[in-house]
Amino acid sequence: MPTGTLQIRAISAHTGSIPGRGVQREEEVCKYIDVTTCIGCKACEVACVEWNDMPFQQTSFDNTYQTMPSTSWNYWNLIKFNEHQRDDGTQMWLMRKDQCMHCEDPGCLRACPADGAIVQYTNGIVDFQQENCIGCQYCVSGCPFDIPKFNSTTKKVYKCTLCSDRVGQGLEPACIKSCPTGCLRFGTKSDMRALADARAKQLREHSGFPNAGVYDPPSIGGTHVIYVLHDITKPELYGGLPANPQIPPTFTMWKRFAKPVALMLSLFAVPVAFFHYVTQGPKEPQPPSAGFDGSGPPPDHGAPRPPQPPSGVSR
Amino acid sequence: MNTAIERFDESARRRVGAFGRTVVHPGELVRHPLYTRVLHWSVAVFFIFALLSGFAIYSPWLYHWLTPLFGGGATTRLLHPWFSLGFVLFFAFQFLNWLVPMTWTGDDRRWTRRMKEFVSNTEPVEPEYVDFFNAGQKLYFWAIAVSAIVFLISGIPMWFPKTFGRPLVGVGYVLHDIAALIMLVGFIIHLYEGTAAQPGTFQAMTRGTVERRWAWTHHPAWYRRATGRDPRADYDRARARLMQRASDD
Repeated sequence: MPTGTLQIRAISAHTGSIPGRGVQREEEVCKYIDVTTCIGCKACEVACVEWNDMPFQQTSFDNTYQTMPSTSWNYWNLIKFNEHQRDDGTQMWLMRKDQCMHCEDPGCLRACPADGAIVQYTNGIVDFQQENCIGCQYCVSGCPFDIPKFNSTTKKVYKCTLCSDRVGQGLEPACIKSCPTGCLRFGTKSDMRALADARAKQLREHSGFPNAGVYDPPSIGGTHVIYVLHDITKPELYGGLPANPQIPPTFTMWKRFAKPVALMLSLFAVPVAFFHYVTQGPKEPQPPSAGFDGSGPPPDHGAPRPPQPPSGVSR
Repeated sequence: MNTAIERFDESARRRVGAFGRTVVHPGELVRHPLYTRVLHWSVAVFFIFALLSGFAIYSPWLYHWLTPLFGGGATTRLLHPWFSLGFVLFFAFQFLNWLVPMTWTGDDRRWTRRMKEFVSNTEPVEPEYVDFFNAGQKLYFWAIAVSAIVFLISGIPMWFPKTFGRPLVGVGYVLHDIAALIMLVGFIIHLYEGTAAQPGTFQAMTRGTVERRWAWTHHPAWYRRATGRDPRADYDRARARLMQRASDD
């Protein structure tokens, strides 16, 4: 939801300039998630529901520790559990906190056709403005992480706000505040990235995870939520984190460039029709009924014909 | 199959025709019975609503112009699929109603090869073989038929993206746009051809009748079938009379 203090960088489906853009310089924020020290306590899930004051919903048990199969319109933060067997036969219990990644190049914002329904703040937070949302769910198709969730009653789409209301007041997000292990941290993007790189290096050099790395996918310009993973080569193991997240070309090439050009070309039919009329003139029924010089005979209705009955009614 | 459709069309024309009348003045021919006119305008209303509500969401440049017509963005989005279903439903009946006269023939291939001459109005009257519809009208009809199917199969995944998944919606979105653009161009041409470009045409869809000379000018083969007379001979005779009168003055 909107806050008064955050500067806006990008607005969905917005023509013209962005009010107040570039007035203040702001640090980009970032959520740091170290999955290697997450204990799956779900304190962040509870904190999210509590802070955002959302009604809890009935869930389903599917033989895992996961609260529900996926995030939902009123459950924005979910630890995804995966029991993974490694090549040497040992088990790993992978836990990843799933929520909006706050992409630098947000697919939801690109896909959105409603002016102002999705904004990106200067600090990198991507936020939905439900009062402008028209419920078309294009953002659902534009998101590479399956994050926006539709509420069929309100006909609006919801997702994690990165606690933009808290961040705007200088507070850390609720999930960060609740984390007991320190696997969640919040700060500037550069600080969090440095912290993550250091932690990944530590895992590679001292903890026997040679493939440890930082998940900050460049295919969407990086994200404002970054993960330290034991194995950066297999992000899919962590509850289906895509290795190479992509915005569908539908919402990039097609929507951004082809659509406006195609519309302009199509509307060109209007002046073409108008100038056709001006240059070629109408195609009158022949022969034209008026005289050749305008002073001629009264309108003639064509061929000689047998005596006409009076105006008739045909059903 | 065809006879079953024709039987259905016949009974629909009879039943809907009983609700009103088509007044034929002297020198006129019935072109579109009441059933056809009711269908045409039903299709037209739903089409225009679907077009406007669709293009409202198509582009940020149109969003603030067109969404207020439907009560804002959210209601525009809510109504668009229903307008579209109305359009598809009525067009399905229109499709059956016009399937026979809209059938593509060898004459239409001849016509399209000479389209440039017809567009530039070099010929005062259409060639003898042009029947109830010319090839241009048939092209528009079949473009609508194909687009309606494309709209439907691409629109349903866009309506329920969760059920159909991202890839299908992504492709559907592009197909939906392309169909809409083709329809937009076709609609602009259709509006122009049906009004300013060809005087005397609009009344065919309102009152249902056309002047005889309109018929022999634009649809000679239909004129021949409808009146049993030779369109070219009637045209020449009318022209001679007009010349005569002009020289008398």
